[in-house]
Amino acid sequence: MTRHLISSADLTRHDVESILATAESMHDVQRREVKKVPTLRGRTVINFFFEDSTRTRSSFEIAGKWMSADTINLSAKGSSTSKGESLRDTAMTVDAMAVDALVIRHNASGAARQVSQWVRCSVINAGDGTHEHPTQALLDAYTLRSRMGRLDGKHVVIVGDLTHSRVFRSNVITLKTLGARVTVVAPPTLMPAGVTAWSETDGFATSWDLDAVIDGDDAVDAMMMLRVQRERMSGGYFPTAREYTVGYGLTRERLERLVRRNPDVLVMHPGPMNRGLEIAAEVADAPQSVVLDQVSAGVAVRMAVLYHLLAGESAEQLPEGAQA
Amino acid sequence: MTAARGDHLTEGQGTTNGMNALLITGARLLGRDAADILVADGRIVEVGSLEAPQGARVIDADGLVALPGLVDLHTHLREPGREDAETIASGSEAAAAGGFTAVFAMANTSPVTDTAEAAERVLDLGRACGLVDVVPVGAVTAGLGGERLAELGLMARSRAGVRVFSDDGRCVADGRIMRRALEYIKPFGGVISQHAQDPRLADSSACCHEGEVSGRLGLPGWPGVAEEAIVARDVMLARHTGSRVHVAHVSTAGTVEVIRWAKAQGIAVTAEVTPHHLALTTDLLVGYDPVYKVNPPLRPSDDVEALREALVDGTIDVVATDHAPHARHDKEHAFVDAAFGMVGLETALPVVSELLVRSGRLDWADVARIMSVGPARIGGLTDHGRPLAVGEPANLTLVDPDRALTVDAAASRSRSRNNPWHGRTFTGAVHTTIHRGRVSHTVDATTRTAEAEYAQ
Amino acid sequence: MTCPEPTAPATVPQIPPDARDVMVADDISRALRRIGHEIIERNKGAADLVVLGIPSRGVPLAERLAAAISQVEGIDVPVGQLDVTLYRDDLRRQPTRAAGRTDIPAGGIDDKVVVLVDDVLYSGRTIRAALDALAELGRPRAVRLAVLVDRGHRELPIRADHVGKNLPTSREERVHVRLAEVDGADAVRISGGERR
Repeated sequence: MTRHLISSADLTRHDVESILATAESMHDVQRREVKKVPTLRGRTVINFFFEDSTRTRSSFEIAGKWMSADTINLSAKGSSTSKGESLRDTAMTVDAMAVDALVIRHNASGAARQVSQWVRCSVINAGDGTHEHPTQALLDAYTLRSRMGRLDGKHVVIVGDLTHSRVFRSNVITLKTLGARVTVVAPPTLMPAGVTAWSETDGFATSWDLDAVIDGDDAVDAMMMLRVQRERMSGGYFPTAREYTVGYGLTRERLERLVRRNPDVLVMHPGPMNRGLEIAAEVADAPQSVVLDQVSAGVAVRMAVLYHLLAGESAEQLPEGAQA
Repeated sequence: MTAARGDHLTEGQGTTNGMNALLITGARLLGRDAADILVADGRIVEVGSLEAPQGARVIDADGLVALPGLVDLHTHLREPGREDAETIASGSEAAAAGGFTAVFAMANTSPVTDTAEAAERVLDLGRACGLVDVVPVGAVTAGLGGERLAELGLMARSRAGVRVFSDDGRCVADGRIMRRALEYIKPFGGVISQHAQDPRLADSSACCHEGEVSGRLGLPGWPGVAEEAIVARDVMLARHTGSRVHVAHVSTAGTVEVIRWAKAQGIAVTAEVTPHHLALTTDLLVGYDPVYKVNPPLRPSDDVEALREALVDGTIDVVATDHAPHARHDKEHAFVDAAFGMVGLETALPVVSELLVRSGRLDWADVARIMSVGPARIGGLTDHGRPLAVGEPANLTLVDPDRALTVDAAASRSRSRNNPWHGRTFTGAVHTTIHRGRVSHTVDATTRTAEAEYAQ
Repeated sequence: MTCPEPTAPATVPQIPPDARDVMVADDISRALRRIGHEIIERNKGAADLVVLGIPSRGVPLAERLAAAISQVEGIDVPVGQLDVTLYRDDLRRQPTRAAGRTDIPAGGIDDKVVVLVDDVLYSGRTIRAALDALAELGRPRAVRLAVLVDRGHRELPIRADHVGKNLPTSREERVHVRLAEVDGADAVRISGGERR
């Protein structure tokens, strides 16, 4: 049994469904007057953030606290440079404090995987560089499922800066795991390297033309708009914000076309949004938008992940090679 | 021009004295006919069917292959500056264990080898150790800054007699500086070894071959074109200036095409490939283990096959290790933050043996060409890469072509452990290295090495 | 991470062929009717009653019990379910299962008489967890416990108010409760241990 959640690919369909089912009961807890269950009493969860992220960190912090775990935030920003302490030393120092889980956010891809190989505690990837963000994909799936039921055969379109997006990388895996059909849309400069071979292997579609996807044969069930950083313009990824919006922004006019095809279409965004760039302000607030549902689902899903990783037998109690 | 090099090791002159003679019996010269080789006073004094002189040490080389001592055009010894990662002494031991009798020590130390004094210091440290000729490479630009030329002429005139110049670790990206450097080194027959990496197409964060793996892993891509564009420019500059350019660590099929074309035009370009680029592929990066982080990055199998092909057909002239030791704490970072490079001195010959000799693509004479004669010629060494003939300097490597070697990173003579070959088994291993007539390394427990002699 | 397979129906242990019936469908119906009557008598009617089943098999039992009471008293008895997974003290001893839903009837539980319903009362730890869970949902006037089978071996000072059948067992034995809603047919069987 793996003790970690590093990549969305670590989760089978059954795993995802168990977590989402648990997340539903966690959502119940969230709605109660007393938002606390004793499940993780005596467990210690360290939120180990090498990169600023108020929303993910506070989401994990609330999740831990509502589960009665002792939750501690460690900001390790700046200690990841090659001049400072090595990542291994930093991770082992924290692990030596006999913690139960490290929730790690790092600006370097793969950092969570590396740390998981050096420590005894569970490691949860809360976003590693431009690689993955598996709990984001789970909360997105939770949000979609609570609105549309099973995702089998549903058409989800992910639009934006795919190259630099860990949200895309995790979502494309989890959505496929749950049987959804995925189309990713970006200008060629923001398509990840090797996406053609990748999409063929993993079974998703790619397009440079958002309008063709919106008006295509395959009606869209959900649009997931990714944040586009304005700094990308200086890297030559696209010329101007205006041109990006015209090509790839979810404008009111595009939303109207989507709704005409499918009145139940949902609009998602992992936040923080650049209103007016990748998503029009009125679209972000439209009835189709589930952006706030995503935030609310974040706590429930992270409670469920903590529960599944930490509530059961602790790894060190298991005999060598035991299956659990 | 390099005559002075190593003279201090030639102890005494005159006729063969059995007391300091070494007889190698039954070695197959370049893997062909077996013969005995008598070494004395740092030179080969007889080759044929020989009797051991009174008092001579004898190495039973039955079944072994004798090659001219291996030469590495591309080594990082880290001294001065990072003696925690490697020293000239530890690097020399690793080199001797790997069958090398000469190594070119890259200039990206701290301070940089960009003056005559710095070059002579490296030379002297190497001589003090005495296991291998440590040949300093001079920086092309002062401080590897890429902006103004280092003292190329003074380095060439120094006791170190520097002929190979490189900003390795960085690319001489400025076309005008590259052009001037190529022109400036012509009077003394120098060569620029270029680390081909267009810094705008592959910046210092680029650490994974740009392709499906980098896309999936979310690692900054290092596209092949960043190498190919610089090589294309540099071969045209070599043609324009009539000077010599050497392409360090070729890693892509595209670069091979450019070099093949340039050679066909008669342009003075040579090229090297590392054992790791001949054997390891991008997909090893999926676990984010920084031991596989190297610059240029490991490439996909199509590139790897093109590199092997190019080495076999001579488009790529030589194998060079790019031995790049790093302290543990410089590697145990997140992948993008970890240091580039892998050790390679001790494993180069086993990798080449396993990959190219045992597969029948090269024979041992070819190995002599790509690991000794070729690099000695490119680097301007007169005492290395010589025929196994009477009167030649006794720089020899005896290879056991049938011995299986399982690499153990912890057993390395290098101070560093960033060894991508750990746990792999190769057939074909260095048995004994003879540097200027003295045994600098042997696996034969009955033969004392120079190291052991120094210890007394 | 890996989650264990879901509880029902795949991982419900197969009942060994040597299992003996201790209750058949009629016995179960009679027991529930009797418990219904006991509850009404004790509560002096069905007012303010809330019946909460503990998943998984406590839930259909709760529904049946509520229906039985409703039939006698002629008023709808609110029924819901109370998942206790998050309150268990033995989570570390077993594979993690997905937590179930808790569903409290619209009127809530404040000042109500809550009847907790479970299939088998054994160590008492499930009921301890249920009491903790209940405390965070409100403040009932009273909490009573109804179980289909009490097999003994309590580890905590907990006792059922209403018992379908007292079944002396050894710890080596297993009690299997099967209900039509979940398993297709009603039965209580016992297996393992020494034949008596």
